[in-house]
Amino acid sequence: MKTDRTIKDNFLVAMVRGNAGIIVVLLLIGALLSALSPVFLTADNLISVLRQISNNMDLALGMTLVMILGGIDLSVGSIVAMCGTLTVGFIVTNGLPIWLSIALGLGAGTLCGFMNGFVVSRFKVPAFIVTLSMMNIAKGVAYVYSGGRSTRIMDEGFTAIGQGYLGFVPLPVVYMIALIAAFIVLLNKTRFGTYIYAIGGNRESARLSGVPIKKVELVVFTVTGLLAAFAGLVLCSRMFSGQPSVGQGYELDAIAACVLGGVSMAGGVGSIGGTVFGVMVIGVISNGLNLMNVSSYWQLIAKGIIILVAVLIDTQKGRGGMLKLARAAKKR
Amino acid sequence: MGARVLEMRGIRKSFGGTQALTGIDFDLEAGEVHALLGENGAGKSTLIKVLGGIYQPDDGLMRVCGGPAKRIGSVQEAQRLGIGIIHQEIVLVPHLSVAENIFLGREILDRFGFKDDGLMRSRAQEMVEGLGLDLDALAEVGSLSLAQQQMVEIVKAISFNARILVMDEPTSSLSNDEVAKLFDIIRRLKADGVGIIYISHRMEELFAIADRVTVIRDGAYIGTRSIPETSPEDLIGMMVGRSLKSYYSRTYCPRDEVMLSVEHLTKAGVFEDICFQVRAGEVLGFAGLVGAGRSEIMAAIFGSEPYDSGTIRLGGREATFRNPAQAMARGVALVPEDRKRQGLVLCNSVGFNLTLASLKRAMGGLFLSARKKRKLVDSYVDDLRIKTPSSEASVGSLSGGNQQKVVIGKWLASGPKLLILDEPTRGIDVGAKQEIYAIINRLAKEGMAVILVSSELPEVINMCDAVCVVRAGKIEKRLERGELSQETIMRYATGSV
Repeated sequence: MKTDRTIKDNFLVAMVRGNAGIIVVLLLIGALLSALSPVFLTADNLISVLRQISNNMDLALGMTLVMILGGIDLSVGSIVAMCGTLTVGFIVTNGLPIWLSIALGLGAGTLCGFMNGFVVSRFKVPAFIVTLSMMNIAKGVAYVYSGGRSTRIMDEGFTAIGQGYLGFVPLPVVYMIALIAAFIVLLNKTRFGTYIYAIGGNRESARLSGVPIKKVELVVFTVTGLLAAFAGLVLCSRMFSGQPSVGQGYELDAIAACVLGGVSMAGGVGSIGGTVFGVMVIGVISNGLNLMNVSSYWQLIAKGIIILVAVLIDTQKGRGGMLKLARAAKKR
Repeated sequence: MGARVLEMRGIRKSFGGTQALTGIDFDLEAGEVHALLGENGAGKSTLIKVLGGIYQPDDGLMRVCGGPAKRIGSVQEAQRLGIGIIHQEIVLVPHLSVAENIFLGREILDRFGFKDDGLMRSRAQEMVEGLGLDLDALAEVGSLSLAQQQMVEIVKAISFNARILVMDEPTSSLSNDEVAKLFDIIRRLKADGVGIIYISHRMEELFAIADRVTVIRDGAYIGTRSIPETSPEDLIGMMVGRSLKSYYSRTYCPRDEVMLSVEHLTKAGVFEDICFQVRAGEVLGFAGLVGAGRSEIMAAIFGSEPYDSGTIRLGGREATFRNPAQAMARGVALVPEDRKRQGLVLCNSVGFNLTLASLKRAMGGLFLSARKKRKLVDSYVDDLRIKTPSSEASVGSLSGGNQQKVVIGKWLASGPKLLILDEPTRGIDVGAKQEIYAIINRLAKEGMAVILVSSELPEVINMCDAVCVVRAGKIEKRLERGELSQETIMRYATGSV
């Protein structure tokens, strides 16, 4: 039993140590915001931060797998919009039962992911191109189906998915935590997870080691599509409407979170823990800017600069920059 | 021998707490080939990097071409001083032409400030021909063979008016013909008064081309010998600090039943009508020139590349594998020739790599078991004596020999009955080689069938029960143990029988 315990302890220690840079960044931003705004550290606000980041988290989890695999998925934002629009439309416009509509909506997103994976693995087209195409296709489907209009939905059975609570915790946060746990297990405790690292780290070596590359690629892109669709479902339920115009730029937020969290654009390197902190940094920054009543146009600029600076700091850690920062923080 | 072009005195360098160089002396004369010899990690590359201005030494000075004693502050300064370094890995831009690569970063401009392609091309062509090479300065570098690319590197280094040229393992990916060509160029450079520092693990090359040799071990200067006055045994003794009595270890046992039989294996344009058998407990060598098709034959057997026709039988049963996974399921393992590109996931850990081909053994029910995985990893780290700080250390940080042991361990963990080793000792030091020979010997004794593809003739001669010599995609001859000699193998490999 003693050994089990050390392994678990090591896992936590490794997670903190591996993400020391981003954790420091997160703490610094948190400290700054709590100094600037009395509201920031309240329970209400923190819970609302968690709810706000849940959407990006769902996308970023899938993106982490895709990026460790050495790929990228630009279509997730559009899949969010498509799934929400279709699901709400099926219920309100077509009068289908809720469960069937949800299944069809999720199925459509999964299908998009499957198509991405199929083309990437079978025909060896770069993921950037394939998912860029899918980004347009999924967005197009949402607009064609809805005629560009958003559809309201008030059915409480449906809106509870995104609006409900478990105790005092909003349901989207519950889903998020469950998904994080599932993905940590998937990436660290299964052969499938090991294969993802192997393919992204050295494709040729993985192939010669008998790793079923095509299958893994297909599954990863499909799962990412499903996750995006799920995020779309939760979002439309929370907003009481299916809007074809949501989701713009979501894929970039997810990619930014992964990169902040230490996922390599070249593949082979990254962790769920890192991505989780990456999502939190971006979420806390947005929340802080909102609290300080910064206009959304300025927020874009501020967010861009802060992400760039955070990544710069993180990439310097090998050269001692981040360590100095961490030491300075410790002294304080 | 000409004037002294380089004098290095008391060079020290440490990284963190480790002393990489502890006072190295080295000098070089014009028109001399001075070999630098030492095991991996002995400090050869560090010394070269100090010379090239990449590292700053903690202590010690260098005198170049009789100039003032100094330290070399930057790569640019080294180039100005006439020091050209040809690194082991080729660092050319594949999509640019030979001329563009040679002049990269210091393009010749015309009076309007545009690139003067015509002039660069004719200058490059002159330089290429000056070395007696048959190369078109306009050819795209990516379209050239590895050997030709290396020639371009040499031309590029010379074009800086180099008086000192460093060659780091220049022959590691060259065929024997190409090595001969390289030696011609080296002799030409010598005649022009260029001093050459030559780094290689291949003893026979040193005796063919070098004038003097300096041995370093664990960052310390061991000694300098004149080539005519030394012997390979002497040098190996200096390198490892003890004499290697039984460098090759091989106990020949009675061979067992046929494990693998290959009949009429053919892939158009690559190999043709390949027939051979390997028995359990046997080590069958595959010799031949680089490009003869040996690796391709092995890839076909392992299912990683398709073939056109022929029959492969494993333990009597037909075995046509469409991918490596199927081959692994039947007990075939292949240690590929290029460990960095094909063998390892360099950015990941020792443990990750060791278990990649045998994750089934690390499963505890549905999930990977950390305990089982650790046990598996530890057993191979111990068994193969892999020197690593921990199983979590990045495999890229290990020495070449230990990396190679990780690749071998990874395949042993998959529980093979037939082990194919493709150039298992390329670019690793003598100590590690000796250990790998011992491993091969033990596996054969335990009844594994082993195929050893190697370009190092002493290795196949001393380790194999029999050797198939491959030439231009065909098995030219199967030589039994009693018939093996370097001359015989080379005669069949080059077709001059």
